[in-house]
Amino acid sequence: MTNTADTRIADSIRDAFIAALLVAVLGFFFLALRTDIAPGGLALSTRWGLWFTAIAIVFAVRLLLNLFVYRAPAGAPKPESGIGKMAHRLSGYSTVFGYVMFALAAALPFIVMALFPVQQRQYIDLAILIMTYIMLGWGLNVVVGFAGLLDLGYVAFYALGAYSFGLLAFYFDIGFWVALPLAGLLAAMWGIVLGFPVLRLRGDYFAIVTLAFGEIIRVVLINWSDFTGGPRGVSGIPKPTFFGLDFTRGEGGFADFFGLEFSTIHRFVYLYYIIFILAIITYFVTARLRQLPVGRAWEALREDDIACRSLGINIRNTKLTAFAISAMFGGFAGSFFATRQGYISPESFTFIESAIILAIVVLGGLGSQIGIVIASIVMIGGMEMLRNLGFLTQIFGPDFDPVQYRMLIFGLAMVLIMVWKPRGLVSTREPSAVLKEKKKIGADLIGQGEGHKA
Amino acid sequence: MEYFVQQLINGLTLGSIYGLIAIGYTMVYGIIGMINFAHGDIFMISSFIALAVFLILTSVLGFAFLPVVLLIVLLVAMLFTSAWGWTVERLAYRPLRGSFRLAPLITAIGMSILLQNFVRVTQGARVKPLPPQIQGGIPLMDGMTDAGPIVVQISYMQLIIIVTTVVLMTVFSLIIAKTSLGRAQRACEQDRKMAALLGVNVDRTISLTFVMGAALAAVAGLMFLLLYGVIDFYIGFLAGVKAFTAAVLGGIGSLPGAMLGGLLIGLIEVFWAGYFSVEYKDVAAFSILAIVLIFLPSGLLGKPEVEKV
Amino acid sequence: MIAAAEAMTTADRSDTNWDRNPILTVENLTMRFGGLVAIDNLSFNVGRGDITALIGPNGAGKTTVFNCVTGFYKPTEGRIVMRHGPGHQDEGVAAVTASSNKWGQTAEGAVYLLERMPDVEISQKAKVARTFQNIRLFSGMTALENLLVAQHNTLMVASSYTVGGLLGLPGYRRAHAEAIDKAAYWLERVDLIDRADDPAGDLPYGAQRRLEIARAMCTQPHLLCLDEPAAGLNPRESSALNDLIQYIRADHGVSVLLIEHDMGVVMEISDHIVVLDYGVKISDGDAQFVRTDPRVIAAYLGVDDEEIEEKPEIASLVVEALGEEAATEAGIAADGAPPPEAIAAQADSAAGLADAKAHPGTRPAGLDGAREGGPDRLTRINGIGPVNEKKLNGLGIWHFDQIGAWKKKEVEWVGSYLSFPGRIEREDWVGQAKVLARAAGKAKTTRKGKQGGGQ
Repeated sequence: MTNTADTRIADSIRDAFIAALLVAVLGFFFLALRTDIAPGGLALSTRWGLWFTAIAIVFAVRLLLNLFVYRAPAGAPKPESGIGKMAHRLSGYSTVFGYVMFALAAALPFIVMALFPVQQRQYIDLAILIMTYIMLGWGLNVVVGFAGLLDLGYVAFYALGAYSFGLLAFYFDIGFWVALPLAGLLAAMWGIVLGFPVLRLRGDYFAIVTLAFGEIIRVVLINWSDFTGGPRGVSGIPKPTFFGLDFTRGEGGFADFFGLEFSTIHRFVYLYYIIFILAIITYFVTARLRQLPVGRAWEALREDDIACRSLGINIRNTKLTAFAISAMFGGFAGSFFATRQGYISPESFTFIESAIILAIVVLGGLGSQIGIVIASIVMIGGMEMLRNLGFLTQIFGPDFDPVQYRMLIFGLAMVLIMVWKPRGLVSTREPSAVLKEKKKIGADLIGQGEGHKA
Repeated sequence: MEYFVQQLINGLTLGSIYGLIAIGYTMVYGIIGMINFAHGDIFMISSFIALAVFLILTSVLGFAFLPVVLLIVLLVAMLFTSAWGWTVERLAYRPLRGSFRLAPLITAIGMSILLQNFVRVTQGARVKPLPPQIQGGIPLMDGMTDAGPIVVQISYMQLIIIVTTVVLMTVFSLIIAKTSLGRAQRACEQDRKMAALLGVNVDRTISLTFVMGAALAAVAGLMFLLLYGVIDFYIGFLAGVKAFTAAVLGGIGSLPGAMLGGLLIGLIEVFWAGYFSVEYKDVAAFSILAIVLIFLPSGLLGKPEVEKV
Repeated sequence: MIAAAEAMTTADRSDTNWDRNPILTVENLTMRFGGLVAIDNLSFNVGRGDITALIGPNGAGKTTVFNCVTGFYKPTEGRIVMRHGPGHQDEGVAAVTASSNKWGQTAEGAVYLLERMPDVEISQKAKVARTFQNIRLFSGMTALENLLVAQHNTLMVASSYTVGGLLGLPGYRRAHAEAIDKAAYWLERVDLIDRADDPAGDLPYGAQRRLEIARAMCTQPHLLCLDEPAAGLNPRESSALNDLIQYIRADHGVSVLLIEHDMGVVMEISDHIVVLDYGVKISDGDAQFVRTDPRVIAAYLGVDDEEIEEKPEIASLVVEALGEEAATEAGIAADGAPPPEAIAAQADSAAGLADAKAHPGTRPAGLDGAREGGPDRLTRINGIGPVNEKKLNGLGIWHFDQIGAWKKKEVEWVGSYLSFPGRIEREDWVGQAKVLARAAGKAKTTRKGKQGGGQ
């Protein structure tokens, strides 16, 4: 007995030593050394302390993990923990949970204003951001989650929506409420135009071509300076009005009309409710579509496209509708983004943005709408929270800028969560039609999308 | 004419670099059927390693004889980049083997973001310029263009790149064709389960594939550093997408195809920039990617896929 | 070309239902994959209201025919006519063929040229439904959902292409309720109503097969193509399947075309059997005709030993065809070591091929008996089964080198004698025999050498 314990400890130490060695090798040129531009060319500086610290931390963490976490005998069922369990339990009471979330979200600005009067603006802004990503996630979910097509260029439609509004406002002086449907329609149209040639591709190839299209649109936005403003972007995009009322100080403004005291927070609350309603519309439309023949055909396509063909389902049209509808919601979200920022440039629509939205959809659990809400709150909220970790400068010194680490942590989180839960937080599927009793369908049976048959 | 020849040489040089990266994509896709999205960033990592080694040798240790320095840089960069390639596969992809197939692609994207930002945080976001180390070249012909006289030349740098690429291509083709590792790789490509049953160590074979891909990317990283003299944490993304385009254009899974695709992409990009517009050269590459995938999904040298009903 | 095909169909009209009233006509169908000819100039009819079986050894091209009929493959050559409405509708067929249309209305109904239509339209318009050899259900969707997906096109129209459905118009709600009723009806039929809300991937194998048939039926087909529906079923399930197929034909007036290995199923329920071998039709008729056709027997006997042993249905066919004794002695149903001449004689007489002079070419010279060291195992030649081995022994052919020495004339004669002309060349018996003969010779010398060395 002690013998096995001894070997276990020895193995653990050896394993931790290997891990530390690996970090030493990998980190040598990046942690221990740093190249910087110096007067006479490039200069090397050394940071042995950082290097040794990293090695020591990895050794210790690995050793502790080996001794205390990984010691469960192989084959034993892994206890499900944390968010995953919570998400599963929540999805079990999805209707109740949904209502609670809805009520919470509907009252959110007032809750925030009551609880955090000092930081209300910041928190409502964060809520707007999260809500935008929830909407984008629900939009992308139509293509990725339902139809099983891996779209890596969703940001293109977001950009098209934003630029549609921005340019319409710039050239024709059109307001947000008129531009919104136009932006959605334009994005949907582009969805069809771009979708038409690529939809015959399968799996990974489809993914990489959509990525290429996303990049093409961005490069065009940068270089077509005469029309799009190039890298400078479009500025002075009008704010939305409330039935013709602007959120300005003085006469004729929103506050004046309703006899309220002027406050900039009104506009933020208003923006929040716009994106809240847009997101809710997205939710209901996509949830309803799933129960209609077209939505069922999307899911059938994800399960087996050859069987779909044998049943007389026109695959091309089915995919195109998914692509167009998804693009439309991206366009809506884009024009909301434009009006919220008041300024847009190609910088905002890089591939990273697509990756973030996709990560939300996949981490939430493909096809699960409630999962997307949880994933958005965790990821976007978590990333923005890093901005508030100013106290860490007291530990790491004044040079420490937590914002720098956002994307680093984001990438790390993406890898870790995927390795931990490849199927996302909520991986079960609810049937779209029921004869007698509604039963959840386990993840292992659900198809993975076209061309993804193992 | 002279301008054309000069562009041809430039295109072949750039294409060699793309081809070296493309081999990593094509080998990994061939063996486990995934797009190793982080491969471009492995290339970026390698160029930083090469830069650091070069600086250590020249400014810290004071070596001056360039050929030896470059050889050491190449070997060290290949070695350390291989370690990176191995680690990425071990940590991010192996746990997901046999999981549903979107998962590794998503982790690959996460890995790509992670590597970029790791380098950004540890090495800073600013570009690192390295003054040209190898100067001069062999003049090939003289001529006149509208802009004035022009001397077509192949620089020593370009010569080194092209020769190194050819040599490495030959070596790696031989490895794939003749050694037991190559045989194991091809067996895993055909049927991983069967290969495992027949005693092929599948995990080891896949690991070695990543290591080989990373080593070739390191060669490309050093070449890129010497040729352009400017690197930053973001060079991996574009180079990666273009190299992937090259791999697809040549027919994914085919080594000569990857090289051929790389050369073609390099040529197209250089000629596009030379004759049409520099701004849209990336659009050209991306458009080719889309067109090839749509109309020629098995690439130039790939095997066509037959749909099984 | 067209006129010729037409002349053939009009001239050659015997008194069978499939020739009088075909729902589907396959004419001169050829399918090549690169250099490989999977189907070679195949023509047959499927009778309206018939259950037609397509049988043949593995690799005979049966599934390829299915894929051509259902539009998954574009045939290299040939015409596939699907008819709605009775009779041949020759004029309509000719008119559509001459035009560039895919289909056309006729006085009796409509004709469809399936080789011109994509798979989607074949299901949607020509009303041909199919199942797959390796079941293709939507495994993450419930049984009910599977059947609703099959009613996609009807429901799309009812939901006014999603708009009406999104608004919840009453017309769509009614159509949705009807679709559920229809799905429930078919679930009841295939005995899966209790598992309606379970994911299809969770159902046992036999249930999945039945669900796939129900799903195909939900598209309201005129012709149902079943690709090995009984594969992997136990006898009880298999007989339930028979009932289901017959029910579909009787109560829904659907014609059925099926690929099947289970001869029990085939012989019991088929009105018409088409036999393929190497992409060529070798027999066509009712069960009685096919079961006694020597070419069918030869084709099945040509398959490897193991396959006969594994597939009792083939063995039973052999037994039926050759008579129990001969088959027993050929080592198919039971083991035994009978005198080879007797078997050859019996096999000859059973197949009605006793008259050696009736064949073209030259009869190969035979030996009176095997040489020293015993006869070679001729079954090692790919394509020679135990019965053919006995037959060859009966001709005095005992050794590989004998076969290796055959010239064209001998090959022709033996091919005709064994009643599968062309196959000896195709399978290259002579070449195989030469290699085996050489290997046998080498083995002998090395064995001797080694023995010598040991002593």
